[in-house]
Amino acid sequence: MKEILIIAKRELRGYFSSPVAFVFIVIFLLLSGFFTFMMANFFERGEANLQSFFMWHPWLYLFLVPAVGMRMWSDERRLGTIELLLTMPVTPWQAIVGKFLASWLIIGLALLLTFPLVITVNYLGNPDNGVIFASYIGSLLMAGAYLAISAMTSAMTRNQVVSFIVSVVLSLFLILAGWPPVTNLLVSWAQPWLVDGIAAFSVMTHFDSIQKGVLDSRDLLYFLSVMGFSLFTTSVIIRAHRAG
Amino acid sequence: MIKVRNLKKHFGPKVAVNGVSFTIERGEVLGFLGPNGAGKSTTMRMITGFIPPSEGEIKIGEFDMLKNPIAAKRLIGYLPENAPSYADMSVHGFLSFAAELRGLSGDANKRAVARAIEMCFLEPVLHQSIETLSKGYRHRTCFAQSIIHDPAVLILDEPTDGLDPNQKHEMRTLIRRMGEKKAIIFSTHILEEVEAVCSRAVIIDRGQIVANGTPRELKMRSDQAGAVTLRLLDGSAAAVKSKIDQISAVARSIVLSESPVAVRAFPRQKESGDEVSRALGEMASKERWKVQELRIEEGRLDEVFRGITLPDNKKEETKK
Ligand SMILES: Nc1ncnc2c1ncn2[C@@H]1O[C@H](COP(=O)(O)OP(=O)(O)OP(=O)(O)O)[C@@H](O)[C@H]1O
Ligand SMILES: [Mg+2]
Repeated sequence: MKEILIIAKRELRGYFSSPVAFVFIVIFLLLSGFFTFMMANFFERGEANLQSFFMWHPWLYLFLVPAVGMRMWSDERRLGTIELLLTMPVTPWQAIVGKFLASWLIIGLALLLTFPLVITVNYLGNPDNGVIFASYIGSLLMAGAYLAISAMTSAMTRNQVVSFIVSVVLSLFLILAGWPPVTNLLVSWAQPWLVDGIAAFSVMTHFDSIQKGVLDSRDLLYFLSVMGFSLFTTSVIIRAHRAG
Repeated sequence: MIKVRNLKKHFGPKVAVNGVSFTIERGEVLGFLGPNGAGKSTTMRMITGFIPPSEGEIKIGEFDMLKNPIAAKRLIGYLPENAPSYADMSVHGFLSFAAELRGLSGDANKRAVARAIEMCFLEPVLHQSIETLSKGYRHRTCFAQSIIHDPAVLILDEPTDGLDPNQKHEMRTLIRRMGEKKAIIFSTHILEEVEAVCSRAVIIDRGQIVANGTPRELKMRSDQAGAVTLRLLDGSAAAVKSKIDQISAVARSIVLSESPVAVRAFPRQKESGDEVSRALGEMASKERWKVQELRIEEGRLDEVFRGITLPDNKKEETKK
């Protein structure tokens, strides 16, 4: 446990000594502001909720999260520091979790900095703060799932660009599998149970249901298993890479 | 302290290390020699637990690297090839991070970092970011990381690579001094380093140990080892040679130069260089030769290295 924290701390310091963390947070805030107010017409809707804010998150994360995660392991491999890290008395799993948590914390921080929206909407009307809280949790979990996928793709290659692209494509698949325009298309030629089955693999399905305000254990389980599976695959890839 | 048995590693069909075994105790410094691609770094990576061996056993102290990697890794300090380090950290931050991972916190951490900084002469760059350091300083920073917890076992992959002559000297002195209490393996392409630092040397070629002994023993394998060279200020080479050939302990002799006369006599056994030298000395005083130099050749490590690791056809070429 101590090792995880030491590694996470180093990683965080790395993020803040390079512009990555700063750029991510600023861009996230700018883009989410732009989409919420310009595209979704937050004020004109006249509704006291943050749906117009959260509805963009799957798409924002699609590009921003892989940008944070792409260097997680590819840099270690490119610079050879993985050889230092894994000959220290730490298990690969501690290193994987430590690095993952640090990046997740950055995304969490960006999310936390959107608190003025919560204040605004409470000032303007009478929102259901339980729903807002659940949505924040859902958003954080979704970011974690994307990030774990990025961790996995960054372990596959020492090239950050490849890592970024593969991770975007995988995440895009997780979105599209449950995105209404796609599922509506599928319904016209596939059995409904099959469409639902595919949609169950989508972040959209689970994020939508959390946004309704219920933290259902099935949705939590979904996000946690995407993270667990991806991080486990990361450890398999790292082990395979070391074995040559 | 380090026990390696029948270590093998294949990368696909390629065999990088093929059955390496050796043991090192505390107080020994083992030099790893071998041509590029011989498998030195791969062997070290297996000993430090970075890559798993395809076959074989590794024991560090009482711990098996494969069954109990964390306990085994605690005993090791490792300087990987090319000395990688986190470019975005400062030297101090990096060393403090390494010490923390080694389980040193608070005061112990500060003390360990200060000690490593002093031993590796890093004061001038302490708060500089690693990416702005010169190659030699980057190398020293990574080396400092390897000794930060005063490990019982040190594995150093080309520790003097990229250092200036003064720092090379410091590094050798440091390794020799630390070698009194630790078990050290280091690889190098600089053969004088082996003679200066190692208590034992191993030559690896194509994944196998092809020679193992003290630097002295290895040098004795040289063709020239034990030969006695005699240089005179005057006289005729042919006459001197024919006299020398009559000494019973001399197998053969060759003329190195006609004038001034220089003749090299090869003993029947390499160990009997002393005997030949004594006989030559007596002969010189009896014949009233004006001796400029009388010397027993120790043999040269580079010659032995070449003789062992070059394919046979290349050997002929270098002799010519
Ligand atoms: N990850 C890998 N995948 C495939 N082959 C590898 C891998 N690592 C090393 N090799 C091969 O194993 C052989 C031994 O390499 P190694 O790095 O151990 O050599 P070395 O003795 O350290 O050489 P040098 O003196 O150049 O550092 C080489 O032929 C190398 O190409
Ligand atoms: Mg090497």
